Amino acid sequence: MQLYLPIAEVSVNAFLLLGLGGLVGLLSGLFGVGGGFLITPLLFLVGIPPAVAVATSANQIVASSFSALLAHLRRRTVDMWMGTVLLMGGLLGSALGVMVFNLLKAMGQVDLLVRLCYVAFLGTVGGLMLWESLRASLRQRQGAAPQRRRHNWVHALPFKSRFRVSGLYISVIPPLGVGVFVGLLSAIMGVGGGFILVPAMIYLLGMPTKVVVGTSTFQVIFLTAFTTMLHAVTNQTVDVVLALLLILGGVIGAQVGAQLGTRLKPEHLRLLLALLVLTVCGQIAISLLLRPTELFSVEPVG
Amino acid sequence: MRALLLALLLLLAAPLGAEEIVGGLSDEEVAITTDFDGSDILIFGAVKRTGAAPAAAPLEVIVTVSGPLRPLTVREAGRRMGIWVNTAGVKVNSAPTFYAVATTSRLDEILLDTEDLRHSISISRAIRAIGNEVGNRDDFLDALIRIRAREGVYQRLDGAVDFAQQTLFRTEIALPANLTEGDYATRIFLTREGQVVDSYETMIEVRKVGLERWLYALAQEQPFLYGLLALAIAIAAGWGASAGFRALRG
Repeated sequence: MQLYLPIAEVSVNAFLLLGLGGLVGLLSGLFGVGGGFLITPLLFLVGIPPAVAVATSANQIVASSFSALLAHLRRRTVDMWMGTVLLMGGLLGSALGVMVFNLLKAMGQVDLLVRLCYVAFLGTVGGLMLWESLRASLRQRQGAAPQRRRHNWVHALPFKSRFRVSGLYISVIPPLGVGVFVGLLSAIMGVGGGFILVPAMIYLLGMPTKVVVGTSTFQVIFLTAFTTMLHAVTNQTVDVVLALLLILGGVIGAQVGAQLGTRLKPEHLRLLLALLVLTVCGQIAISLLLRPTELFSVEPVG
Repeated sequence: MRALLLALLLLLAAPLGAEEIVGGLSDEEVAITTDFDGSDILIFGAVKRTGAAPAAAPLEVIVTVSGPLRPLTVREAGRRMGIWVNTAGVKVNSAPTFYAVATTSRLDEILLDTEDLRHSISISRAIRAIGNEVGNRDDFLDALIRIRAREGVYQRLDGAVDFAQQTLFRTEIALPANLTEGDYATRIFLTREGQVVDSYETMIEVRKVGLERWLYALAQEQPFLYGLLALAIAIAAGWGASAGFRALRG
């Protein structure tokens, strides 16, 4: 069934969009990542103009994350206070990111920057997670006791606060810093930032994996809602018909994902996410290295 | 004086073999609805003669349809330090979002270059005519036409016009699904031995209607409200799905 999208001004198969939404929703529920790093490139492939794809995927992430958040709230796996601290940093970073983005756009090469960002961050994060989760599952198989959380430099900073749900008593500076960094990247890369947030919370802040997913979802909702409004007001590039289709598929996928997530071991969850992140990273890296079949490209202005 | 005389002579001669286009369209309006999936426009007409048809070479018909003009940038990629990046770009101030040329036979055989220059009929002339910087960058212009032709929005339809008895002509132009809203200038040319004998111009209006129209207008005129609407839909859908699934599991 073909459907004409009013803002994107293209006609796309409705079931294809439902399927895309479902796939990304599944990941959102399973890993707590918004899936923006996946859906934005997929929408390019379907033929949606890039500006519309970036803005609309932010809107779709709001929906799938909200659905996932409700599931996490019921299981009490959301650290609200931690999420709020991360969000405060995130909004600041996102505003900074928009400025950096516009500066680079004026200099040209913004497309290259985005792709290099994808390769660098997806590669680093995916590689680290793969290595760690392989080690963890190996340790378990050998029957050794899991390593105790070590005290590192994070615990030596001032302005300490108690994060009850996470069972942490640490300074608010590291979460704020992580928030700013994620906000910055999310504005430049057009993603919610969950795929950076999740490992940062585990490895940098030392939060338990179970709480990490729900808390990340919490902060991603507000960040992407902010981005959606920003795009709607400044560029008029949010397509609600496109968003609605992605959302319909997405919310169902998210529920299935959240249920599946409770049945999988955290180590396996991390291993799967690592493999997924590395696959997307490899795909983008290849596109940078191989000679394109068409050397020229046409890009609408405005 | 000599020019005036020549003009007078032409004027006198004209009625003898004058050939005029009487044109028509199957639809003067194309409505973009939610299930819009492209549309075929029938463009037809007849040659009205006041006097006998000149015995000279046969008449040929050229039909062009041009979508609204939009600015764009054509970029060229090159290899720098092992990776492929955009190395050069040419701005095009306005290029048609859609362009089709349908003819009775090969365009270069029925239209002289000078006439093409004057009337901007072929795709490359139509883009150049707008006074674009791309005019002197042939590789970029060719790339633009090649890419858009592959997307099906620039169409060169040699031999697609049926021309019966040197009098009745008709052709069908397939407007693709990814149409841009606006006025589509439709032109019909009669040529003989490469010279344009007569031309005719009309307009096809392409408009969004119903829900499409409403959403587009809201996004443009009330962007803040539109953004809130988008978020409200997202939150409602997220909550609805969550509640629905909980009910399902009892």
